[in-house]
Amino acid sequence: MDGHPLHTAPFIFPNDAHPAWSIMIVLYPYITGMVAGAFVVSSMYHVFHREALKPVAKLAVVTSLCFCACATLPLLLHLHQPQRALNVMVTPSPSSAMAGFGFIYSGYMLLLLVDVWLMFRPAIVARARSLTGRWGQLYRVLALGVLDISPGAAAIDQRLISALSVLGIPVACVLHGYVGFLFGAIKANPWWSTSLMPVIFLSSAIVSGIAVVILVYLFLCRWSGIEAEPECMRALSRLLWMFLILAVAFEGVELLHIAYEQEAEWHVIRELLGSKLRFSYGIVQILIGSLIPLLILPLPAFSHRLAARCRDSWSGVAAVLVLFQVLAMRWNVVVGGQLFSKSFRGFVDYPLTWWGREGLIAAAVVLAMPLVLLFGAMKILPVWPPGIDDHEGTIQ
Amino acid sequence: MFDVAEESRRSFLKHATTVTIGAFSLTILPSTLAEDEPQVTKPGQLPILGNPPAAGHGASPKPVYGFLIDTTRCTGAGKCLTACRVENKVPEGQSRTWVERYAHLKDGSVKVDLVPETGYAGSEIPPLDADDVLRAYFVPKLCNQCVEAPCNQVCPVHASIKSPEGIELIDTDRCIGCGYCVQACPYGIRFMNQDTGVADKCNWCYHRIMRNEQPACVEACPTGARVFGRLDDPESELAKRLATVPTEVLKQHLGTIPLTRYIGLCDEVT
Repeated sequence: MDGHPLHTAPFIFPNDAHPAWSIMIVLYPYITGMVAGAFVVSSMYHVFHREALKPVAKLAVVTSLCFCACATLPLLLHLHQPQRALNVMVTPSPSSAMAGFGFIYSGYMLLLLVDVWLMFRPAIVARARSLTGRWGQLYRVLALGVLDISPGAAAIDQRLISALSVLGIPVACVLHGYVGFLFGAIKANPWWSTSLMPVIFLSSAIVSGIAVVILVYLFLCRWSGIEAEPECMRALSRLLWMFLILAVAFEGVELLHIAYEQEAEWHVIRELLGSKLRFSYGIVQILIGSLIPLLILPLPAFSHRLAARCRDSWSGVAAVLVLFQVLAMRWNVVVGGQLFSKSFRGFVDYPLTWWGREGLIAAAVVLAMPLVLLFGAMKILPVWPPGIDDHEGTIQ
Repeated sequence: MFDVAEESRRSFLKHATTVTIGAFSLTILPSTLAEDEPQVTKPGQLPILGNPPAAGHGASPKPVYGFLIDTTRCTGAGKCLTACRVENKVPEGQSRTWVERYAHLKDGSVKVDLVPETGYAGSEIPPLDADDVLRAYFVPKLCNQCVEAPCNQVCPVHASIKSPEGIELIDTDRCIGCGYCVQACPYGIRFMNQDTGVADKCNWCYHRIMRNEQPACVEACPTGARVFGRLDDPESELAKRLATVPTEVLKQHLGTIPLTRYIGLCDEVT
């Protein structure tokens, strides 16, 4: 700790030697963010009627559902007593920010389930009627006994979808703003304690959700041998660029504020950024994950001269870099905030391991799970290709 | 006139709403009921509503406890550390209490070290050169039993509980091991116990003070640097000493209102 004029040797509190929150707590806001972000893409079509996003509207909401279904996995892997996890909902403490998680998460999950069910109800009912055997049985269960797909029923479904999409926007904001609040409300930690934290988390969440939708869409187009809709890709790239500007601006303002105020703990944060987080913050989050995408995204977003393949490649590369940016941001907040002792006189290391419940392999499995679920969902529901709904009669 | 399909949808939604509200109320009821239930102390469990210990003349029936650390008396002997570890079965590498040594050097800097359990004698910590030091002193650390405890506030499952005497306790049967309280404690006192897998912290040896005994660290201290007692008992040593010297608390700016007070605290102590 050479940064502070009065400190000569590092000193850490004994219990600060081992960070209490692991990479799983990095993944929790990462995955939750994608849920909120992907839903926003879907709402852009259903609520704000951005017709260009029609090809990804349903894909986005199903992607959101798949990520949402896996959002609790990292938490369960992290909890030291996972068998008591439901205590959060059975005996919640009203004073705790964390106690709201179970209810907010469940509410959002329910909203997504109903939204997806309504969207695919005509297809589910059609298959429930036409298929026999186990598949027929599955669709009859999924139909929940509501077999009417008359134009009148479809109109009601459409109104409900619109209502849920409208409701989903503030709920998505609550879900992820809340995750930011969990960190921002910890006054013990100067790297976390800021009222901007919910906004920072929310904006980066939307960014990551859009990036995921772009990548999933591009992958499925390539897989099916069809060309990505140019207007759709342009619209997605514009959205990504816009929200990335917001996210980077909020993150920048926050750091500038801390640096300019130079409160008592600034010397710790300055040294943290200059040493422990030099790579993950300076290189990955700022340079590779923010500046490069900000520079290259205007190409696919605004240029009409780019060849389709070239445009998709630029968008895809930017989306990948943005996903690294958001992951790095989560890492820098969650792990970075535990790399200095509350003595503010010394740093600790975070031991990243390959194996174990909270190791890198487990983290990779957790990250892959939503994509596996998405693959499964596509087997059951006519999510892809976009035109399939014309034959199946799903609701747009 | 109702459409049959619309009726079935309406009926479905009605049932779904009923089930949802029913399920939600089930989640609220147990915690509401739990507050009205009489507290029964099981063997080995902390007597949360135990009878207050007998106090000296002038004490009120409901005890108000306090803890005083006199940094001018602490010699860094480390006896308190061993006593705490043995009394509370604290795993190696984790601490409910510790002692820091601060040294103001003549170049204007401050050097901080952790006192080993064995004390400085015979430890690997190099002794300070008297010619370089302006002033050196020891600061024992333990739970501050904050009135506005951030650790208690953030616990999502009521596993952090404040005893009627104002002492912050952990219900190890409820703790889910999320570690949020560890993050929230500004003093680094809480930790995830590696043996039990639940949060752990100093509780001023609640099981001992409920038996009218002193906390293990206080009993082990050879110099009287740790003083525990009743604030509401004018005859207690704690009350007498607090009446004669000014005291301070750690990280006052955070507004946690600690009950652990210090004599001779300098502002470099975090």
